[in-house]
Amino acid sequence: MVRLWLHLKQVLLKERFSRFPILPGGIVFIFIFLAIFGESLAPYLPNEMNLRERFLPPFWQEGGTMGHPLGTDMLGRDMLSRIMAGARVSFIVAVLALTLGGLTGTVLGIISGYYGGKVDAILMRSADATLAFPIILLAMLLAIILGPSLQNVVISLGLVLWARYARVIRGEVLGFKERDFIALARVAGSSDFRIMFRHLFPNIRSTLVVLLTLQVGWVIIVEASLSFVGAGIPGPDPVWGSMISKGRDYVTMAWWIPFFPGVAVSVVCLSFNTLGDWLREALDPKLRQVIGGG
Amino acid sequence: MSALLEVNGLRTYFFTRWGTVKAVDGVSFSVNEGETFGLVGESGCGKSITCLSILRLVPAPAGRIIGGEILLEGEDLLKKSEKEMRKIRGRKISMILQDPTASLNPVFTIGDQITEVIKIHRGLKGRSLWQSAKEMLEMVRIPSPDIRLRNWPHELSGGMRQRVVGAIALSCEPALLIADEPTTSLDATIQVQFLRLLRELQQQTGLTLIFVTHDFGIVARMCQRAAVMYAGKIVETANVRELFNHPAHPYTQALMKSLPKVEEKVERLASIEGQPPPLHNLPPGCTFAPRCYYAKERCRSEYPPTVEIEKGHAVSCWNFNEFQ
Repeated sequence: MVRLWLHLKQVLLKERFSRFPILPGGIVFIFIFLAIFGESLAPYLPNEMNLRERFLPPFWQEGGTMGHPLGTDMLGRDMLSRIMAGARVSFIVAVLALTLGGLTGTVLGIISGYYGGKVDAILMRSADATLAFPIILLAMLLAIILGPSLQNVVISLGLVLWARYARVIRGEVLGFKERDFIALARVAGSSDFRIMFRHLFPNIRSTLVVLLTLQVGWVIIVEASLSFVGAGIPGPDPVWGSMISKGRDYVTMAWWIPFFPGVAVSVVCLSFNTLGDWLREALDPKLRQVIGGG
Repeated sequence: MSALLEVNGLRTYFFTRWGTVKAVDGVSFSVNEGETFGLVGESGCGKSITCLSILRLVPAPAGRIIGGEILLEGEDLLKKSEKEMRKIRGRKISMILQDPTASLNPVFTIGDQITEVIKIHRGLKGRSLWQSAKEMLEMVRIPSPDIRLRNWPHELSGGMRQRVVGAIALSCEPALLIADEPTTSLDATIQVQFLRLLRELQQQTGLTLIFVTHDFGIVARMCQRAAVMYAGKIVETANVRELFNHPAHPYTQALMKSLPKVEEKVERLASIEGQPPPLHNLPPGCTFAPRCYYAKERCRSEYPPTVEIEKGHAVSCWNFNEFQ
C-alpha cells in the first residue's frame, strides 16, 4: 500500500500535475474536510430548531440575513449547518459501502478469474443476478425487514457493489493469470492463495483505485435516493437525501430547502467522477509502460 | 552416472470439445545427474507439456496426466500430494521460460522477486536474505547487484532480465533445471552469452539441465544427450554426437537435412513436406508416416516399437535398417 501511495504521489506531483483537475479536486477535498470537521465548524447545531426563524430565504433574497446565509428550513434549522454536517453521513456511507463491496468484490473476482470453471460460472452468474436486481427495491426490502438505518444502507449498497468489482477484477485477472510470471510463481512453489494475493493482486491495484473513485459519486447518489424514498438513514440527523425529500413539500414557497442539498449531492458526485476519470488516465499509460517493459 | 530423473510412459491428454488431444503420448527418457539433456522438436510437438507434466503443472481442468511415472531420485512425482509437490517445485526442480519480459512480475522490484523464493524455501530473513539475493545476482554476472536489486523489471534489458530469471530459478539450488527455450527471444550475441553462463553455472554447481529447444545448434552446443519429439512421442534418443552423425529416424534425418550449412551453398534449404498431424486426430500407425519418404504399408497401420540400435541410441521406426 505504501508503494501504491508512492506511485500515486509520483503521478500526482511530477508527471501529470498540470492536468490535475483543480476544481473537482478542491471540492472533493472540501467534502472530506467537512465530513470530518463539518459539524464542529458549522455556525449552528444542525438539529437546532428555531420556529420563529422558519423559512428564511438565502441572504441575497429579500428577508434573508447573513446569520443564515443559505436560509432556514421548515423547522428553522440553519441550511448551511445542515449541509455541512450532512457531508459526514454521505462520506461514512461511501467509505463503508465501498470497503464492503470493494473488498468482497475484489476477493471474489480474483477467485473467480483465477480458478475459472465451475467456481467462475457460479460467481459470475450470481453477479449477473445481483446486477439485474434494482438496488432501491433491495434497500426498501431491507428497510422493511430490519428497519431503516445506516447499517442497512451500507449492507444493501455492498450487496450490489460487490458484483461490479467482481466482474471488472475477474477480467483483469484473466488477462494476468496466463502470463509467464504467474506460471513461474507456480513453478517456484507458491500456493494458490499466495499467487492470487501476492502476485496477481498488486497488478490490479491501480484498476481498483480508479474503480473505487469512480463509484464514490454513484454511492452518494444512491444513498441520497434511498434517503429520499425513506429507505435510508432516518431523521432528524442531517442527511442530504432526506433533506431533499422533506423539502419537496415546500418547493413552491421555499425552493432553497431541497435545492441546496441537491446541489451538494450533484457537485460532489460530479467532482468524484471527474477525479476518477483523471486518475484513470493518469494511471493507465504508466501502467502500460510498466507492463510493456520500456 | 545415475539417473536423476526417469520418465516412463508418460501420457498427458487434453480433453477438449474437439476430442482428446494426446499432447504427450507415452514419452520415456532418463536424465543423468549433472548432464544436459536436450528435448528437441517443432512447435506443438509436446515438449513444453512434457516439462509441465514433470512439475505437475499441466493446465487443469482440460489437461490431465493419464499414465506413466516420473521418478525423481527414485520417487514417483505422480504419487505426491499437491503440498509435497509445492516443496519440490523451486526447491528440487526449477524452470526458466522463453520470454524474459513476461517472466518477471512488473509491479515488484528485482530484489522482491528474488528474495521471495529464497524466503519461501530457505526461510532466511532480514540482512542474510538480502545478502543471498545479492550473491545470486553476482552468480549470474549482473554488475552492481545492489542497485539492480532495487530496479524494476522494465528498467532492465532482455538479456539482463533473463539472467535475473535464471538467478531466481537457481536461488534454491535445485537439482534439476528445466529451460524451456530460454534463449529464443534473445539476440544472437546475448544468446551465446546466456548459454555460456548456464554452462559455467552447471560446471560450478553440478546442476542437471533439461534443455527444450527447436534449435539443433543449441543442442550441439549445450547437450550431451538429446531426444527428438514428434507429435507427442519421442522418436529418437541418442547422445548428441551420435544423433548428428548417424540420425536413425527419418524425421531426424529430414531435420538435419534442413539445417543450413556453412560449407555448402544451396539455393533452397530442404524442407519436410506436409504438416504435423493434428494431435486430437492422430493417424493410426506411425505418426510421421504421412510425411515419411520411406513409409510402407506397415508404417500406416502399426506404431513401431522403440529399438536400441546401439548403446544409448534408441529409435522408433520400422525401417531404420534400410537406410543405415
